[in-house]
Amino acid sequence: MRRLEGSAVHTAGPILRDGPDGPPQDDVLVCCDALESGLFCGAHLVRLTVRPHATTGERPLAAYIARRLLAAIPVLFGLTIIVFLIMAMIPGDPATAILGSYATPENVAKLNKDLGLDKPLIQQYFIWIGNLFQGDLGRSYTLNRPVLDEVMERFSATLILAGTSLVLCSILGLLAGIVSAVRQYGWADKIITLLVLIGISTPSFWLGLLLILIFAVKLRLFPASGMYAIYGGGDLPDLLYHLALPAITLSVVATGVIARLTRTAMLEVLRQDYIRTARAKGLSEQKVIYKHAFKSALVGVVPVIGIQAGFVIGGAVYIETVFQWPGIGSMLVTAISTRDLLLVQGGVLVVAAAYVLFNLLADVVQTILDPRLR
Amino acid sequence: MTETTLSAPAKPAKKSARPGTLALLLNNSLATGGLIVLALICLIALAAPILPLPDPDVTAPADRLKPIFSEDHLLGTDHLGRDLLSRLIWGSRVSLAVGLSATVIAAFFGSLLGLVAGYAGGRTDTIIMRGIDMVMAFPYILLALAIVAVLGPGLLNALYAIALVNIPFFARNIRGITLGLSRREFVDAARLSGKSPPQILFLEILPNVLPVIVITMSTTVGWMILETAGLSFLGLGAQPPQADLGSMLGEGRKILFTAPHVSIIPGLMIFALVMSINLFGDGVRDILDPRLRAGSLTRPVSRTAVERNKADIPAPSEKQGVLDVRQMRTEFQIGSSVYKAVGGVDLNLQQGECLGVVGESGSGKSVTAMSIMGLVPTPPGRIAGGAAYLEGEDLFAASDRRIRDLRGGSVAYVFQDPLSTLHPLFTVGAQLTEAITTHQPMSRAKARDKAIDLLSLVRIPNARERLDAYPHELSGGMRQRVCIAMALANDAKVLIADEPTTALDVTVQSQILTLMNGLRRERNAAILFITHDFGVVSAICDRVAVMYAGRIVETGTTDEVLNSPQHPYTAKLIECVPVLGEPERRLDAIEGRPPVVNNLPAGCAFADRCPHVQPACRQGEISLDMSSGTRGVRCLFPLTSGASA
Amino acid sequence: MSEMSQNKASQEALLTIEAVERIFGGERKLFGGHNPAVHAVQGLSLDVKKGETLGVVGESGCGKSTLARLVVGLDLPTSGTITFAGEDLTALARKDRNALARKVQYVFQDPVASLNPRKTIRTILEAPLKHLTDLNADGREQRLAELLQAVNLAPEFLERYPHEFSGGQAQRIGIARALAAGPELIVLDEPVSALDVSVQAQVLNLLDKLKDDFGLTYIFISHDLSVVESVSDRVAVMYFGRMAELGPAKEIFRHPLHPYTDLLMRSAPAPGRHDLMSEDASAELPDPYSPPAGCAFAARCGHKTEKCLAAKPAPDEAVSGAKHFAACYHPLGQA
Repeated sequence: MRRLEGSAVHTAGPILRDGPDGPPQDDVLVCCDALESGLFCGAHLVRLTVRPHATTGERPLAAYIARRLLAAIPVLFGLTIIVFLIMAMIPGDPATAILGSYATPENVAKLNKDLGLDKPLIQQYFIWIGNLFQGDLGRSYTLNRPVLDEVMERFSATLILAGTSLVLCSILGLLAGIVSAVRQYGWADKIITLLVLIGISTPSFWLGLLLILIFAVKLRLFPASGMYAIYGGGDLPDLLYHLALPAITLSVVATGVIARLTRTAMLEVLRQDYIRTARAKGLSEQKVIYKHAFKSALVGVVPVIGIQAGFVIGGAVYIETVFQWPGIGSMLVTAISTRDLLLVQGGVLVVAAAYVLFNLLADVVQTILDPRLR
Repeated sequence: MTETTLSAPAKPAKKSARPGTLALLLNNSLATGGLIVLALICLIALAAPILPLPDPDVTAPADRLKPIFSEDHLLGTDHLGRDLLSRLIWGSRVSLAVGLSATVIAAFFGSLLGLVAGYAGGRTDTIIMRGIDMVMAFPYILLALAIVAVLGPGLLNALYAIALVNIPFFARNIRGITLGLSRREFVDAARLSGKSPPQILFLEILPNVLPVIVITMSTTVGWMILETAGLSFLGLGAQPPQADLGSMLGEGRKILFTAPHVSIIPGLMIFALVMSINLFGDGVRDILDPRLRAGSLTRPVSRTAVERNKADIPAPSEKQGVLDVRQMRTEFQIGSSVYKAVGGVDLNLQQGECLGVVGESGSGKSVTAMSIMGLVPTPPGRIAGGAAYLEGEDLFAASDRRIRDLRGGSVAYVFQDPLSTLHPLFTVGAQLTEAITTHQPMSRAKARDKAIDLLSLVRIPNARERLDAYPHELSGGMRQRVCIAMALANDAKVLIADEPTTALDVTVQSQILTLMNGLRRERNAAILFITHDFGVVSAICDRVAVMYAGRIVETGTTDEVLNSPQHPYTAKLIECVPVLGEPERRLDAIEGRPPVVNNLPAGCAFADRCPHVQPACRQGEISLDMSSGTRGVRCLFPLTSGASA
Repeated sequence: MSEMSQNKASQEALLTIEAVERIFGGERKLFGGHNPAVHAVQGLSLDVKKGETLGVVGESGCGKSTLARLVVGLDLPTSGTITFAGEDLTALARKDRNALARKVQYVFQDPVASLNPRKTIRTILEAPLKHLTDLNADGREQRLAELLQAVNLAPEFLERYPHEFSGGQAQRIGIARALAAGPELIVLDEPVSALDVSVQAQVLNLLDKLKDDFGLTYIFISHDLSVVESVSDRVAVMYFGRMAELGPAKEIFRHPLHPYTDLLMRSAPAPGRHDLMSEDASAELPDPYSPPAGCAFAARCGHKTEKCLAAKPAPDEAVSGAKHFAACYHPLGQA
C-alpha cells in the first residue's frame, strides 16, 4: 500500500507568481498526484462541485453522516453478493466435500436438497441472505459448530491484534512523518526515511520469525505464540505480554506507509499560499506547522489510515499464522486448506463488513476535518 | 510584424542545464545502490540454468539440515537435504517472474480500465468505478485469499489473485489522472483537430499518463513480490516440489528453532530483493515526478535566508519614511543557475502614501514585495544584498522573533488569490481572531467582537454570521475583504498588497479598490501596491515605480509617469494597452520578450526591444537618475515629454 | 479596421443562435429526486454576420465560455438551435464533427494548456491537416510552412515541444492550429487574458491581420471591455447566463442601455482614471441554484422597480435604433 503517497492537496498554486522565469518547466505533465489521486479523486470531485455561494449551515455535518451511512448499505449488500458468488463459483460439489467417504449419490442428492443447493442461484442467494439476517451463517463441518460463533470468537481476537497495531502505526507514522518533514534533509529525516524503506521492504512473516528467534528464543522476554498463557493466564497483563510481538510486527509496514505519506503531505501543505498567509500574520512556527499545516495534512492522511486498516487486517493473516494467534486470519488459512467453505464465506463476509464500516469512519473523520467535503 | 519572433534564437542553455534522466538516477546514490543489487539478483536468477548448481529439488536425506558454510553446500541444506543456495537462486527466479508478471497484468488491465473510465465519464465511468469500489471494499489480502480459495492453491493461481486485487489500484490512480487530463484544453483542441475518441485517448492522453503508470509499477513490484511470497508462505502459492522464496520460508518455519538458517536465508533474500526494488523505484519516481525534480517539495523555512555582505549594507536614505528599501537584491538558486529576480531595488514609502509597483510577469515585482518581510521561500530564494528599513529598523538584520512580531503587526500583507490564501479548514472568524490574538492578547470573546468590527469595517454584510463561514462559502470579493480585514487587524503602518484584485471580476475589483482607498485615508496607512495594470494604478496610487527585469526603470508620481513617461519601456507599456473609449487607437506592441533574469545582458535590460537603442545602452551599469525628489528614470536617452516611443 | 469590415459584413448571417439553453446537472438521482441544476446559458438568441467580429463580454459565471463551447460543438445545447450557414450545427456536431471542425474553429484561453506537452509543434499542427483536409504529405508540408509564416513563427519551431515556448508564442501556435483547416468562423475564448500586456498587443494585432488576410469571422470572448471594444464590430454583454445588451460596439460603449453595461464600463480601471464606480459589498451574483424570478441584475440595480423583480425582461425589451437591444425595463438615456 505504499503507492498511496503524496497528499490530498490539489489546490497547489505556485508560490512565486512573479518569480524568475520560473524554475525549469518540466515536460512531464502529470506528477505523482497520480499516486494518491486514485484514493482522493472522489474527494477531489466533490471539491469541484462545491457551491460557492452556499450559506453556512445549510448542509450540516449530521446530515452528511446520515447520508454516508445510507450509502454504505448498498455497499454491504454488494459485498454479500460478491461473497456469495465467489463461493458459488468454487468448482466441485460442496455436498461431496462435506460427506467425504459417505458421498453416495443418494446422500449427495439429499444433502443438496437439505442445503437448498438444487434451487436456482438467485433463490439460493435469498435463502442465504435471509439466514444471514437471522444470524445463521451455516455450520462449519470441520469444527462442527455454527460458523457465526466461531467467526465472532476469532474476529474479536483479530480486532484486539489489528486494533492495537492500527493505533500503534497511526501514532508512530504521524509522528515520524512530521519529524521527517520538519527536519527535511536533516539527520532525523534521513534515518526515518531509511527505516521506513526497510520497514516496507521487510516481509512481515519473516520479521515475525526473526522477532520470535530474538525475543522469545534467545532473550526469553516475550512468549513465542498464543494469546494467553495456557495456565493461569487470561488477565490483561497476560494479554499485553502476548500481544507485544505480533502487534509490533503487524504495525511495521503500515507505520512506514503512514510516515511516508505524512511527510509528503506536510511538505506539500507547507508550500501552500495559506501557509504563507499564516506566516504573514506573524504566527509562530509551531502554530504554522502543528496547527495550520498539520490539519491540512491530516485530511490527506486519514483516508489512508482507513485503507491501512484493510492492510493490517490482511497482514494479520500472516502474523496470526506465525504467532499462532487465534484470530480470523489463521482460521481462514486453515479453512481454505481444509476447504471448509462456509467458514471461509462467513469469515470473509465479517471481515469485509468491518472494513467497510471502518472506512466509513475514516470518511466521517475526514469530513469533520474538511468542511469542503460536506 | 514580429521579426524578433521569427528570428528568435534557440535556447541552447536550457537543454544543457537539465541533466538527463539516467544522469539524475545515477546521482541518487541510494537508487544506484538499489539498481546494482537488483541487477545482480536478476543476472544470477537469469543465469540459474547455466550456473554450476545442484538440482534444487533433489532430496538427500543423509545431508539434511547442514549448517551454512558447510562443504559442498555454501548455504547449507534444508530438512530434505536439498541445497539451499541452489533453491534460493531458483526460488528468486520464480519470485521475480511471478512478481513482475503480476505487476504487468495488473498495470495493463488496471490502466486500461482507468483510461476508459476517466475518459468516457458518465455512465461508463460510474459502472466501472462502482465495480472497482466493490472490489476495494474487501481488505486486500483477504480478497486474494478468497480468490485462491476459489481457484485452489498453486503458484499460477496466486499470481492471478495478486494481479486481480491490484487492478483496482491502477484503475483508480489512472482514472484520476485521465479524468484530469480529459478536461485539459489540449484534449478539446485535439477533438477540434478532428481526432476520434480512441485516437485522443491513446495518442493524446496515454503518453501523458505513461509516466504515472511507470511510477505506480515501480512502486508496486516490490509489494507484489512480497504478497506472492506471503501466499506461498501460507502454503497457498507454489506447491512442492516447486519452490519460490515464500514457500521456502514457509517450509523453514516448521524447523525455526532447530535450523533457523533454513527460514532466515530466504527471508533475507526477499528483503534484499524488495529493498533494492524499492530504492530503485523511489529513484525512478523522484525523476519522473516533476515536483521532486524541480525541488518544489522542499520545505520553505519560516523566513527568507539573508546572505548579504555585512560590510556593504546601505544606510537609510534621507527621506526616511515608514518603509525605506535600499538596494535590495533577491536571488533564486535553481540547479546551478542563479536567477536575479530583484537586482537592487530602492523604494521609499511615506506615511499614508500609496506606492504602486508595476511590471509584467517576471519583472520581480512580487518578489520585491515578499522579500521585505522575508516571505520568499528559502530554498531556493535568498536575500543577497541591500536593506529594508521599517521606521529606521533594518528588517534583514532583525531577529526571527522581531520579524514575527512585525508580520501582521506593523506590516501586513494582502495576497492575490483570496481562495488559496485563506486556510480552507478554518472558519473566517477563527482566522481573523487568530490574527488579532497573536499580536494583542485578549479573551476569546473580545477577539470575536473585534473580528466582527473588522468585518463590518470592510463592509461585509451580516458580519456576525459570516464569522462562522468557511472561505469556500464566500464569493471571491468577500474573501478578499476578509483578507483585508485580517491585514487591518493590528493597525498596520504598512500594507503590502500583491495584485489583490487580479483574480477578481472588474465590478468586484472596483469595489475592493474603493474600499482600500477609503481605508488607507481613514487609517493613514501606507500601501505598497503591486500590479500589472496602469488602470488600477491610476485608481489608487499616488506614486508609481515601473519594474523591468528585476530593477526599477522609472519612478514618479502617477500623473507624471502616465502623462509623460521618460523610459521607452514605460511609454510602450502604456501604449500597448487598449483604452476604453478609444477603440481606434492603434496598439503599439512591444516586440520580443524580456530577458531571463539568470542571464541578464550588460547595460540596459530593455535594449534588445527598445526602438531608441544606441551602442552605449549595452555597456556598463545604468543608474536610476533622480531628476527631483520623486522622479527618476534608468535610461541614457530618456524620452522628452510629448515625444512618443 | 472596424470601418472596413463593417462594410464587408454583408447582412447575411453566418451563424444564428436561437433560444439556446444549456443546463448543467439536474439529472435524476439513483434514489429519486434530481441533482441541483444550473442554467449556464438561457434564452440566448443572436446572429453573427459574415466578416464581422462579435465581441462577447461578461464577468465570471455569465455563461460566455459555455456559449463558446456550444458554437464549436464541444458542448451541445439542452434546447434551442444553432445554425451555421443554414445548416443545423447541433445536428452536425452529433453526426459529423469533422465537418463542423472544418468550418468553425476555436482558440483557447490558456495557450500552454491547449498544447499537448508530449507532442512536437509539427504533430500538433499536422493533426487538423491530416484529419480535416485531404492534403497529401507534400501538401501538408507546404501548408505548415504557410501557417507558420502567417503567425510569424520561425520554421525551426516545428520540431520543438510546447514547454519551450512563451505564452505569446504558444498562442500563435494555437491560432495556427485553428487556421489550419481553413475555417470560416473562429471562436476566440479569452485569447489574450493569460498573456502579459506587451504580448497581448502582439496577438491582437496578429488576429486583426489574419482576419483581413483570410476573410475570417470572429466571435471574440473576453472579460476585458477595452480589449473587446478595440476589436469588435458588434458587442454582446452577458449577465448570469442571459443576454443583457446587444448592439454595435460604438453605440454600446457610448450610449449603453443596460445599467449593467454602464456599471461594467464605469468599473473598468483605465490609465488616468482616478475615480471608479463602486457599489455596496452586498452587490453579488445571485445564487445559480436558486435564480431570482425577475431580472438577475435587479438586486444590484439603482433603477429597479417592482416590475424588474417580478418578471424577466425580454432580450429586446429596450430598443435603440435598428440594431441595439437591451434586456431592461428601464434603459438608460430613455427614461
